[in-house]
Amino acid sequence: MKKTAFERVQTARHPERPYTLDLINKIFEDFVEIHGDRRFSDDPALISGFAKIGGIEVGVVGQQKGRDINERRHRNFAMTKPEGYRKALRLMYMAEKFKRPIVTVIDTPGAYPGIDAEERGQAEAIAFNLREMASLKVPVVVVVLGEGGSGGALAIGVGDRVLMMENAVYSVITPEGCAAILWKDAGQAPKAAEGLRLTAAELSKFGLVDEVIEESDLWTYNQSDGDNQKVFERLKKSIVTNLKELQGLSVSRLIEGRYEKFRKMGEFQA
Amino acid sequence: MPWFSRNKPKIEQNDEQRIVQTEGVFTKCPECDSTLYNRDLENSMQVCTKCAYHFRIGANLRLELLFDNGKFEELDQEVTSADPLEFVDSKPYKDRIEQAKKSSGLPEAIISGKGEVGGHRVYAGAMDMSFIGGSMGSAVGEKITRLIERAMKTRGAVVIFSASGGARMQEGTLSLMQMAKISAALAQLHEKQLPFISVLTDPTTGGVTASFAMLGDVILAEPKALIGFAGPRVIEQTIRQKLPKGFQRSEFLLEHGMVDKVVDRREMRKTIIRMLDFMMNPEIK
Repeated sequence: MKKTAFERVQTARHPERPYTLDLINKIFEDFVEIHGDRRFSDDPALISGFAKIGGIEVGVVGQQKGRDINERRHRNFAMTKPEGYRKALRLMYMAEKFKRPIVTVIDTPGAYPGIDAEERGQAEAIAFNLREMASLKVPVVVVVLGEGGSGGALAIGVGDRVLMMENAVYSVITPEGCAAILWKDAGQAPKAAEGLRLTAAELSKFGLVDEVIEESDLWTYNQSDGDNQKVFERLKKSIVTNLKELQGLSVSRLIEGRYEKFRKMGEFQA
Repeated sequence: MPWFSRNKPKIEQNDEQRIVQTEGVFTKCPECDSTLYNRDLENSMQVCTKCAYHFRIGANLRLELLFDNGKFEELDQEVTSADPLEFVDSKPYKDRIEQAKKSSGLPEAIISGKGEVGGHRVYAGAMDMSFIGGSMGSAVGEKITRLIERAMKTRGAVVIFSASGGARMQEGTLSLMQMAKISAALAQLHEKQLPFISVLTDPTTGGVTASFAMLGDVILAEPKALIGFAGPRVIEQTIRQKLPKGFQRSEFLLEHGMVDKVVDRREMRKTIIRMLDFMMNPEIK
C-alpha cells in the first residue's frame, strides 16, 4: 500500500513498531549488553553490546524507545544524551580493537535538547562520533529502523552501508519543527514531511541510502503472522549479506570506500 | 517700545533642515547604548570601543582580518546552491537563494580562501549570517570539504569561522549528510597531522556545532557568542523552564570545558598565529 510521507512518519513512530531490542531478540543471538561511557553515566536511551548475527560476532549500538509510559520515561523517548553517544563510541572502538564488525540501529526523534546535555557537550559528542566513525577499521552497517532524527541519528549513522526500512524516515528536522519554523504552524507537518523528502524511497534516489527493506502493511514487534516475520528475515538477510561483502575488503579499501560514499553526498551547482 | 530691536530678519529654518545628518556616521552599541563613531568602530574591527561588544561581521571582512595584509585568493566561488528537493515554503527555495545572493552580495553562506597567516599556509572559510542565516546546505558542505582537501594536498592549515543557524532545512537530509562529509574529511586532515582551528562566532548552533565547529584541534570563541546544539527556544519548549542567564554563551562553554579560549576579535589573528606556530611543525612531512 502506498503511503504518504506523513503516513510513513506516523508509521515510523507507531507504538507497536519493532524497536532495537526487538531486533536484537529476533534476528541477533547471544546478546550481552554493556553499560556506561566511563565519563559520566549510562544513557538508557542508547543500548550497546556484543551479539551474533548469522554466525558473525558483531558490536551492536542502537537507540531504544520505551513500550509503556514508565519505560518511555526511563529511555527518555530514545532522545540520546552525550553519554549515550560516548558509550556508543566506546563500543565501536572496542569492536575495532577486537576486529569485529559493527551494526548500528537508528531510532530516535533526535538528540536530547536539554540544559544538562548542552553542559556536557551534546554537539561535541555528536561531532566526535562523526569523525571517528569515518575512520573505523572495521565494517559498519547502519540500519535506519524507525525515526532518523537529524544529528542525533547521524551520530551513529556513518557507515559503509546504510539500510533503511521502507517506512522509516530520516530527516534534518522533524516535520513538526520544520512547519513551525517555515509556516509558524506545526499543523502543516504533513506538508513539511512531503517537502523534506524524508522517506526511504526518496533518500535512496539521492544516494543517501543503499538499500530499502520492504515492510508489511503494519510491521509490529508482537504479531507472529508470516508477513510480519518475513520483514525481520529480510532485514537479517540484508545485514548478513552486507557484512559478509564488507568483511572481504581490506582495511584501506573499506575506509576509502566509506569516505567516497559520504564525499559524494549533496547536490549543488558548480 | 522695546529697548532692543532686531534689525536683521529672523533665521528662517524648517524642521527638516534642523536635523543634523548623522546617518552612516554613528552606530549605537546595543549592549552599552554608547554612540560610536563609525570610523572608530571600523578601526576596532567592529568591536564597541566602550564595552567590547562584538558586532556581527560578514565573511569577507573576517577573512581580510585574518590573512596577512588582508590578502587572500578566493576559492570555489562557482560552487553554489541548487534546489535538489524542489522545496517550496512561503516562497520557492530557488527564489530564496537568488534573493539571498542579491541582499548579501555573496554567492553562498560561506566564503573560502587561501593565503598566508603569520607566514603559514592557511585555507580559511568564513560563514555569513546574511545568507539564509548562515545555514549549511550541499554547497557549503562542498566548499568546506574542498577547502580541507586542498589543505591536505599542499600541507596547509584549516581555519573556519562559524556563524550559522545549522543545517539548511530546504535541502533536507542532503544538508544533514554534509555534517558527515565534512567530518570525514577532517578525520583525514587529523590523520595527516595538519591543524584545524575552529573559531565560533555569534551565533553557532545546530548541525554546524554538532560537526566541524566542535572538531577543531583548538576551538576559539568570540566573547558572548551564542553557541549550542539545540537553540534556546527549543530547549525552553522541551523542558518548560526559563534558561539560566549566560547559558550557551562562549564563557559558559569555556567553563564547561567545551572551548579552549574566549578571544577578543582584536586579538584573534595574533592568537591564531601563535597557535599555528606551534602546530605547523616543519619536522612533520
